Amino acid sequence: MTIPAGLRFTKDHEWVKLDAEAKRVTVGITAFAVEQLGDITLVNLDVKVGDRVAAGKAFGTIESVKTLSDLYAPVGGTIVAINKELDAKPEAVNEDPYGSGWMVVVETSEVAALEQLFDAKAYEEHVKSSAH
Amino acid sequence: MNDLALRRTSLHDRHVAAGARMVPFTGFEMPVQYTGIVDEHQAVRTAAGLFDVSHMGELEMRGAYAAQVVDYLITNDASRLVDGQALYTACCNEAGAILDDLIVYRAAQDRWLIVCNASNHAKIKAIFEAAAKDHCEFEDLTDATALLALQGPKAFDVLALAGGDGPNLSTLKAFHFREAIVAGVRCTVARTGYTGEDGVEIFCAWNDAPALWDKLLEVGQPLGLKPAGLGARDTLRLESRLSLYGNDIDETTNPIEAGLSWVVKFDKAMFVGKAALEAVKSQPLTRRLVGFEVTGRGIARHGYVLRDTSGHEVGLCTSGSPGPTVGKNIGLGYLPAAMSAVGTKFFVDCRGKNVDAVVTKTPFYKRS
Repeated sequence: MTIPAGLRFTKDHEWVKLDAEAKRVTVGITAFAVEQLGDITLVNLDVKVGDRVAAGKAFGTIESVKTLSDLYAPVGGTIVAINKELDAKPEAVNEDPYGSGWMVVVETSEVAALEQLFDAKAYEEHVKSSAH
Repeated sequence: MNDLALRRTSLHDRHVAAGARMVPFTGFEMPVQYTGIVDEHQAVRTAAGLFDVSHMGELEMRGAYAAQVVDYLITNDASRLVDGQALYTACCNEAGAILDDLIVYRAAQDRWLIVCNASNHAKIKAIFEAAAKDHCEFEDLTDATALLALQGPKAFDVLALAGGDGPNLSTLKAFHFREAIVAGVRCTVARTGYTGEDGVEIFCAWNDAPALWDKLLEVGQPLGLKPAGLGARDTLRLESRLSLYGNDIDETTNPIEAGLSWVVKFDKAMFVGKAALEAVKSQPLTRRLVGFEVTGRGIARHGYVLRDTSGHEVGLCTSGSPGPTVGKNIGLGYLPAAMSAVGTKFFVDCRGKNVDAVVTKTPFYKRS
């Protein structure tokens, strides 16, 4: 499974893409997370544009046939976009986790905090240890 | 239980080679999915699926009094069976609580096979073994017996291609079984299942299962047969409203409230739990196991609280999942009898959110 370069990753298997100029990050879940969850049937984003989120706090849940998993804000900030398409088409997360399966965009002043997250190489190691 | 204590079926290598995700399940390492739960579910509904359910328990009772002992331990009426016929039943304690649900097979008047849930194997073994003492012979065949389930509209087409007696097995009637040679393997084929589809369950010697598994997949794959895991087994049985022990039924439930009255035969002279269940039957039920559809945005899960429309806790969800064939989020749960009518609206508490749900007719899915 290819892990895209240029993204940052959390230990909870979310990816974060930074638009440094705009101080915005796009958040989704990784292909590894998708594989672990299986067929995704419901994405519940419990936030709306303008909501403040704190780093590490849940902003929604993602459900597959078998399980439910929390989504955590990788950085603190303000929600500036939500992927409404996932309401009707949660399978987009299965099909294109790094693209049309994105979940939220957060405007953040904590850009530096992203340095604490895994880069692609470190995340690959993390996946290996998670996959047991 | 730690992983080291987990047992493996004789098909373990096949599962791993097929890319299955293996999970601990009732003391066994079992495949929960291969290609994906929905994909496997659809294969069973539209073509066929092959399941390894070798973890199930198989007990044999033999002797002149075996029939009476078996009949005494179960709520359904074993005396109605002829040789080669099987029966779904509950097994209760004296309080009328459900100890397990079983399929009981009459091979002959003096030879009976009892198939129990893996999770209840030790308990049911102890009960049947104790009851057999001084009356009949008891043998636990679990370790020597593999069990495959071949389920779906193409199941008999697959069998027909597998050689031996395969082409003749479509004459088996529902809940009947017979000895057969399939793919060169001596086995017992029963027209039973846990998916809501037509199909068979095949018992064979533990070490013969790989040859049978390989042959069925080889001849079946061109027809759409896929290996299917416990995940699909669960969504298939839920759509068909087949109870899962440990979820929908357990020792805190009785067959009457669980919708299993049809397997309790009060006209039998005696059976364990009869008096208690007669008492249950003589009173209005306080609660019922109902099927429901989640109409709001949410998926009900085992253990979620059910609330009336005023928000008061009134029951528990016992099983819940998306139903891949019915295309809805469905579930089973206990509701007060007064709220059990089809069309009754209530809430499922999905982790703090009250999500709309409605009691619906079951089964959610019935094959045409």
